[in-house]
Amino acid sequence: MATQAADFQTLSRRYTADKPFRAFIQKALGGYYKKRDENKANFQDWQGARDLAAETKYEAVNHLDKYLLEFEQKITARGAKVFWAPNAEAAREYILKIAKENGVRSIIKSKTMTSEEIHLNEALEKEGFGVFESDLGEYIVQLRKEAPFHLVFPAMHLTRRQISDLFQKELGSKATDEPEELTMIARDVMRRKYCEADMGISGTNFAVAETGMISITENEGNARLTTSLPRIHVALLGIEKVLPRLEDLSLFLPMLATAGAGQTMTCYNTMYSGPRQPGEPDGPEQMHIVLLDNRRTELLADAEQRDALGCIRCGACLNVCPIFKNVGGYSYGTTYGGPIGSVITPHLRGLKDWKHLSAASSLCGACTEACPVKIDLHHHLLQNRRNGAKASPAVGEKVAFGGFSLMMGHPALYRLAVVFGRIFQPLQGLVNGTILDPLRAWTGSRNFPKLAPKSFHEQWKKERGGRK
Amino acid sequence: MNPGRSIILNRIREALRNNPAPRPHTSHSQADAAAETHGHAQREWLPKVGATLPEQIDLFAKISEGLKTEFHRVPTIDAAHNLLKQLAAAEGWKKIASHSHHDTDSLIQGIDLPVVRTEKGYGIDELESCDAGVTGCEVLVAQTGGVMVSVESAGGRALSVLPPHHVVIARASQMVPDLTAAFEHVKKRYGKNLPSFMSFITGPSRTGDIERILVLGAHGPKRLTVLLID
Ligand code: SF4
Repeated sequence: MATQAADFQTLSRRYTADKPFRAFIQKALGGYYKKRDENKANFQDWQGARDLAAETKYEAVNHLDKYLLEFEQKITARGAKVFWAPNAEAAREYILKIAKENGVRSIIKSKTMTSEEIHLNEALEKEGFGVFESDLGEYIVQLRKEAPFHLVFPAMHLTRRQISDLFQKELGSKATDEPEELTMIARDVMRRKYCEADMGISGTNFAVAETGMISITENEGNARLTTSLPRIHVALLGIEKVLPRLEDLSLFLPMLATAGAGQTMTCYNTMYSGPRQPGEPDGPEQMHIVLLDNRRTELLADAEQRDALGCIRCGACLNVCPIFKNVGGYSYGTTYGGPIGSVITPHLRGLKDWKHLSAASSLCGACTEACPVKIDLHHHLLQNRRNGAKASPAVGEKVAFGGFSLMMGHPALYRLAVVFGRIFQPLQGLVNGTILDPLRAWTGSRNFPKLAPKSFHEQWKKERGGRK
Repeated sequence: MNPGRSIILNRIREALRNNPAPRPHTSHSQADAAAETHGHAQREWLPKVGATLPEQIDLFAKISEGLKTEFHRVPTIDAAHNLLKQLAAAEGWKKIASHSHHDTDSLIQGIDLPVVRTEKGYGIDELESCDAGVTGCEVLVAQTGGVMVSVESAGGRALSVLPPHHVVIARASQMVPDLTAAFEHVKKRYGKNLPSFMSFITGPSRTGDIERILVLGAHGPKRLTVLLID
């Protein structure tokens, strides 16, 4: 078994067994459901908005080259540099090169899952650059040397007590049970970092082709500071994030806020087109856009699942997923967790090692229903299962079902099997579910149905014996 | 030019060539969808906004309350000035920051505090030590309770986010129904030469990163005050 699949099993077992943890996660999400529903209800027609969002993304993704070129041309005209990175390594090297060429000493970052994807922090730190995550949740997990637990709520798995202990240990602050005080501790630390940093690294939520802009959505204001104060701004941008028109944001910004966190609008939605322009009082001297492919084009080539590139990383599918809610974010072992992660990771990192994630679904379709851009998530999970089975057929299963159909098609064989079953079932019962059990793959988590002492056939014969 | 560009463009074109994706399952026809995305169809689906100014102001006020934006309607710039003085006294401001702009100028005129002005450049630490940032704005957005700022209308990028209290001055004529109208406004005002920074500010800075409990003033302003001159 691939190690990723084994890790998934171990971790998901552990998290699922941890009832207080599960209750904590469910409680944290409880407030979200309520707010999300309230905000959805304010829409005149949420379903109509989803249709339009899906259509807009369809148009953008299916003309990706055109819109990326338009975006590049417009934002370059404003003095930004666009670097096309075919893979993670190219992106990391480019960013390192800029940092070195400009004598950068301190780097501040705002939340970007794309940088997690390319393991940027490790690369920068290895070269001796200090990197500080400024988003509160990201900062907390950075201090714990952990990855984000959730696309949108990176530290939702931690209690205030754990965070207080962490701050005491790492920052020497006083113990407190108040989320507000904890937030202020981080605020004070970060204030100094913003003022000192000479490079700011951000993600991007949307790029606008028409006007050559990137748009960043956030609640805390850390991304605004990251993109205003340092003299260099580097924005990571997955190639799939481009939208055709500025007005498209009128739809996507409220939808992202509603689906993502149950807000009318996220606190700051900021559009940047270029570095500081002549006559402007502040802003970076340089702006670099790192356009990242990193196998997104593999997903693009799969017409059946291409719509998954429309993902706006709102996290709604995670929040409603019965698997995510129970196994949590870390079981997945991927940058992108939950249903969308299970769909795209096989494309981004290989089907062989990641197909098991598509099996971890009840196929209830809650994700598809929640998705603001109508990605057909649960069908994609099924398609991944199909593709996985095609690529590496499960021989044991094939043989088992072949045998089963042979037996069911031949009464004599069936009767023979029943006789054997009666003999072996009591023996199997002695080792049920243990390593000695040959049926362990099934009985490890389920019971094998008991054979009836007398089959229907036998009873029929006995009761109605002579009569025809 | 880096080779990555042609590599990625080729991959994209290769992926899209003769490889049509199924259209999304929507209740629209293709023609509808095309017409809609280019028009103002979003208005049919997004939260409703009244057509008149009083309705829009009321909606803005209602949403502000939920967002914890402190929204005040004042009859004149003098009344706004008095309100600002009260805020300054109540919070014990020692220094404020602002930028040259017709309404901010009259708003802070005669206020008995040192003022850092950002429009010609400023020191980061100097701005960081201010108790409040006083700015104008492009428009107010009724549908979302948002304040749209830009380099031009808010004295640069940082003035409206670094000081702990952000005070915005606006005129009733700056109220627009929705985001689409806000974009129309900036396109009309700046043409192709849009400011390098524009932001929709929707309430004071916030976070829910600790147990999903709302805390105001994460990294940006803890308070957002909007003064609307009727
Ligand atoms: S797949 Fe849909 S619901 Fe999930 S994160 Fe992406 S946009 Fe949100």
